[in-house]
Amino acid sequence: MSHDHDHTEDHAHVHRYPPRPDQDDTLTYYRAMEAAVRELLIDKGVLTAEDVRRQVENMDGRNAGLGAKMVARAWIDSAYKQRMLANGSEAAEEIGLDVGPLKLVVVENTPTVHNVIVCTLCSCYPRMLLGLPPDWYKSRNYRSRVVREPRAVLAEFGTVIPDDVLIRVHDSTADMRYLVAPRRPQGTENWGEAELARLVTRDSMIGVALADPA
Amino acid sequence: MVREAYPIGHVRTPYYIRGKHGVIERLCGAFPNPEELAYARSGQPAQPLYRVRFLQRDVWPDYAGQPLDVVEVEIYQHWLEAEEHAR
Repeated sequence: MSHDHDHTEDHAHVHRYPPRPDQDDTLTYYRAMEAAVRELLIDKGVLTAEDVRRQVENMDGRNAGLGAKMVARAWIDSAYKQRMLANGSEAAEEIGLDVGPLKLVVVENTPTVHNVIVCTLCSCYPRMLLGLPPDWYKSRNYRSRVVREPRAVLAEFGTVIPDDVLIRVHDSTADMRYLVAPRRPQGTENWGEAELARLVTRDSMIGVALADPA
Repeated sequence: MVREAYPIGHVRTPYYIRGKHGVIERLCGAFPNPEELAYARSGQPAQPLYRVRFLQRDVWPDYAGQPLDVVEVEIYQHWLEAEEHAR
């Protein structure tokens, strides 16, 4: 299509398209239930609409940069790493990350062990440190397959784990939440914490990828 | 061994691990029983929660990965039965 067409005609053309519907305009059973419970809580004064909005904004504002900060600190401070592996929640609080009542277990990748996390029962995820989970993490495909053929699933993500590295799958079935500490990439010996944190991606902390190379 | 039982309700022990043999990786603490919490009851007394490690080849007879690959699952004490021999 040429860019020197008649602009007026093009403008009229655009308006012939019907507006695209919202993706959430179907009132399903659970959407109706969520709206009913939320409106009742507001009517009864348990919560305000502002509380709900603030909490949604808070969760939407969380992202993998929080978990990355923790991993990068562990890469440069081995005493911190030991505390992090012993008690993830306390180690997060120690560097100013608010994890609320989250019971965090950090699992470390080593030359002989690769860790990956899943919640086969629902979608448990360290949201306080990674933000909302990606859609694939909640899919039946990932949840049912990564627990029984982790090597094949990781390969689909482009992550081929050598045969001499054992894979440890963590199924978050109850009260713990997991974060994978990926291995520190080679060639980063003199890097600072902020620089290192940029290599620690969301997927590397789920365990479906390695940290980005230097 | 994980109990092989199929009660109705909000159970946090996945089907695939019931009846399987594993070893305790760590004790996580004690938490209100989710099978009670789900019905708005107190969940007390709190149930000890363990992380249990299973060899993948013991969980899936046709497991195609490496022999030492493992899966670790959180399981409440009332779903576990002690065995004489560690595996």
